[in-house]
Amino acid sequence: MTAFDAASGQADPYRLGHVPVGSRPHHTLGHADRGLASKRVTTAYGFWIFLLSDMVMFSAFFATYAVLVGNTADGPSGRDLFDLSSVALETAFLLTSSFAVGLASIGARARSGTWFYGAMVATFVLGAAFLALELREFASMIARDAGPTRSAFLSAFFTLVGCHGLHITVGLLWLLTMMAQVFAKGYRADILRRMLCFSLFWHALDIVWVAIFTEVYLMGLVL
Amino acid sequence: MWGKLSWAAIPLDQPIPLVASGVVIAVVVSVLALVVLKGWFPYLWREWITSVDHKRIGIMYIVLAMVMLLRGFSDAIMMRSQQALAFQSEGYLPPEHYDQIFSAHGTLMIFFVAMPFVIGLMNFVVPLQLGVRDVAFPTLNSVGFWLTATGALLVNISLLVGEFARTGWLPFPPLSELTYSPGVGVDYYLWALEISGIGTLVAAINLVTTVLKLHAPGMTYMRMPMFCWTTLASNLLIVAAFPILTATLTMLVLDRYLGFHFFTNEAGGNMMMFVNLIWAWGHPEVYILVLPAFGVFSEVVSTFSGKPLFGYRSMVAATMVICILSFTVWLHHFFTMGAGADVNAIFGILSMIIAVPTGVKVFNWLFTMYGGRIVYATPMLWSIGFMVTFVIGGMTGVLLAVPPVDFVLHNSLFLVAHFHNVIIGGVLFGAFAGYTYWFPKAFGFRLHEGLGKASFWCWITGFYVAFMPLYVLGLMGMTRRMQHYDVAAWHPWLVIAAGGAAIILLGIGLQIAQLVVSIRRRHELRDETGDPWNGRSLEWATSSPPPVFNFAVLPRIEGEEAYWGMKERASKDVILGPEPSYRDIEMPRNSATGFVCAFFATIMGFSLIWHIWWLVGVAIVGAYATFVVFAWRDRDEYVILAESVARIDRANRRARRVMLGERELVS
Repeated sequence: MTAFDAASGQADPYRLGHVPVGSRPHHTLGHADRGLASKRVTTAYGFWIFLLSDMVMFSAFFATYAVLVGNTADGPSGRDLFDLSSVALETAFLLTSSFAVGLASIGARARSGTWFYGAMVATFVLGAAFLALELREFASMIARDAGPTRSAFLSAFFTLVGCHGLHITVGLLWLLTMMAQVFAKGYRADILRRMLCFSLFWHALDIVWVAIFTEVYLMGLVL
Repeated sequence: MWGKLSWAAIPLDQPIPLVASGVVIAVVVSVLALVVLKGWFPYLWREWITSVDHKRIGIMYIVLAMVMLLRGFSDAIMMRSQQALAFQSEGYLPPEHYDQIFSAHGTLMIFFVAMPFVIGLMNFVVPLQLGVRDVAFPTLNSVGFWLTATGALLVNISLLVGEFARTGWLPFPPLSELTYSPGVGVDYYLWALEISGIGTLVAAINLVTTVLKLHAPGMTYMRMPMFCWTTLASNLLIVAAFPILTATLTMLVLDRYLGFHFFTNEAGGNMMMFVNLIWAWGHPEVYILVLPAFGVFSEVVSTFSGKPLFGYRSMVAATMVICILSFTVWLHHFFTMGAGADVNAIFGILSMIIAVPTGVKVFNWLFTMYGGRIVYATPMLWSIGFMVTFVIGGMTGVLLAVPPVDFVLHNSLFLVAHFHNVIIGGVLFGAFAGYTYWFPKAFGFRLHEGLGKASFWCWITGFYVAFMPLYVLGLMGMTRRMQHYDVAAWHPWLVIAAGGAAIILLGIGLQIAQLVVSIRRRHELRDETGDPWNGRSLEWATSSPPPVFNFAVLPRIEGEEAYWGMKERASKDVILGPEPSYRDIEMPRNSATGFVCAFFATIMGFSLIWHIWWLVGVAIVGAYATFVVFAWRDRDEYVILAESVARIDRANRRARRVMLGERELVS
């Protein structure tokens, strides 16, 4: 008698909570029964997880902003600084750019150069316009002695909005790289997967912007 | 040109760091010389540094953890001996050096010992247990490892160039602000953790996706081994918690580098916000470390009791409950903030509730052992040692969760004793159990049992001798991080504690001896069958060490304890299943992306610490270029032909047949 027999599950009266092998009906297994997910599903899933982690990082900055919004140290508050018409324009640019990146994804899937490159260029132009407006806002605030070192409120403002702006900047760099890659390599499966991730990224930045627009600008002007 | 960096950064007037870094540099140079002279470099580059194989990366994580354990433990020995000597005297470590030592000890042990150890185990084991050939993102996995190594390297560079933080392992403002810590120490801390934190996040995204999306056919969630579940929970926690760390440290960076006012005393800054944010990461971090260890114990206890894990479903539930509750208790780290009785009461109660699922786990392990034929192999000894030690640590934790008690014991050595009790007794013992348990799978031979057991007894004895006195000292009112003291009653206890550290040192020495002896006697310790412990999960179904593709044919899973089921069927029929039809296997190609990227990250971190701005720019461009080169690859996979797969797998099947045949002869 070997250890294997002695320790065999059948000799064990304490198999509590365990279903004997083969006794469970097969149809309850669900999707995991199919085994490995496709590369496209795996890549997009992983990227979703990354986006969630990015959202957690933003939420830390949002929470910080909410805590520090009143700590203006006798300096200007949001009401004194924000210009809603400029912010509305920024919002319009960014949301339209999301529509454009959607068109670019469809263009890539349809392997239509005109649609892909055209929509990507439109996304870039709109994203860059957003960034330019944001930088103009930052510059005008710093010129009015309302830079990030003025008060805790302004530190939190510049960090939260600037972090989004940094994401947009990285996104624009990624966009150009993406276009160059499609130009050089064509619509390969792995490149289409990257395009999927890029469009997820760009849409996620929209969601963050909607939250910034609400918490920072609208509430800053109304409350 | 070189920012703040000058020859003054080298501590020529301080013999201890100078000699220590001299020794480290000598060791590194001689290892490099050996590698170059023996011509090993191409092999290392091809098979390890650029490898994207999850098994190799897992092993490299663990090697990193073990080397850093030596560094972190030397810090511990220095602290214990300093406190043993510093009764009514200065001891031998000046305060500014002592402060760096306890800061470096905590930082290293948590971020560069415990984290890489558990991530290494998860990386190595999880794809094997799920019955798949690799993780979801092999190249990113390599990037994650090398970024972690970058962080470890930066912390160690601070030994020679400049200084390390003197703020404790969590740099609380305002002490960590530029006003009170003008040196580069806190900057070393910040950039090391920002960079390695990204590495950890990448590793977690990879492991979450692997567990949720890659399974052998039939491996449903409720059939996964317990270790896969704890891996999932732990990595979900990383995904949800590490971004908070990144954000918080970024705010401190902005305060220090650009004069922002997040945590300063002036202009509306709020230092308690740092404390809240850092513990909103820090408490989940505790469970990030200990959950994988719980997974290891579940595997080990079940295997060495020869029984399935008791209450598998309750174990899964307990794991996921801990995963959620760990985000609701952060305030118990600073009851003394002054949040008021109501807030403290809520967090106190939640902290006690989180002990319940942990208790469920302990009972499950005990009932798994009940009625089993327990084999007291080294991994099992670590597990039993854990159960006893961790329960004690858990109970002192429940004590500390009572806010009025915490007001008395806050910041005392009682707290230090408590968290060493759970981290050494939980995480480290788990890591050692996993190391001994999976070593034969990784290298094809077992570790020497006698030396392993001797080391276990030294560790557990040393642990109790070193840390039980700290509980007493805490109750006597001794606060933590004291460089010297004048209370006579404390002195004998601190001498005993130093003795305990010496016993642990003996245990570490025996572990090194165990490794050396095992390598030299590897032929007698050879694991021919791939199943040295009579295991129950799929990692034991393949050969030791596994081929690069893990499984020649993906196994089909019919129930819980997949491999045990296969063995049962095979032993009933006294025959291995028919030979499968082998196909070509596609595996990811090696990539230097991770290593090159970490190279630039190291330069970037170092130049940010020393304000060498042009070099920061160069490093960022370099890292971007690395990724573009990676993205431009035309072939990312290579093919292993069906014939070679068949040749490799037939050898494995031959060994299994011998195992079955032996069984037939004996019975």
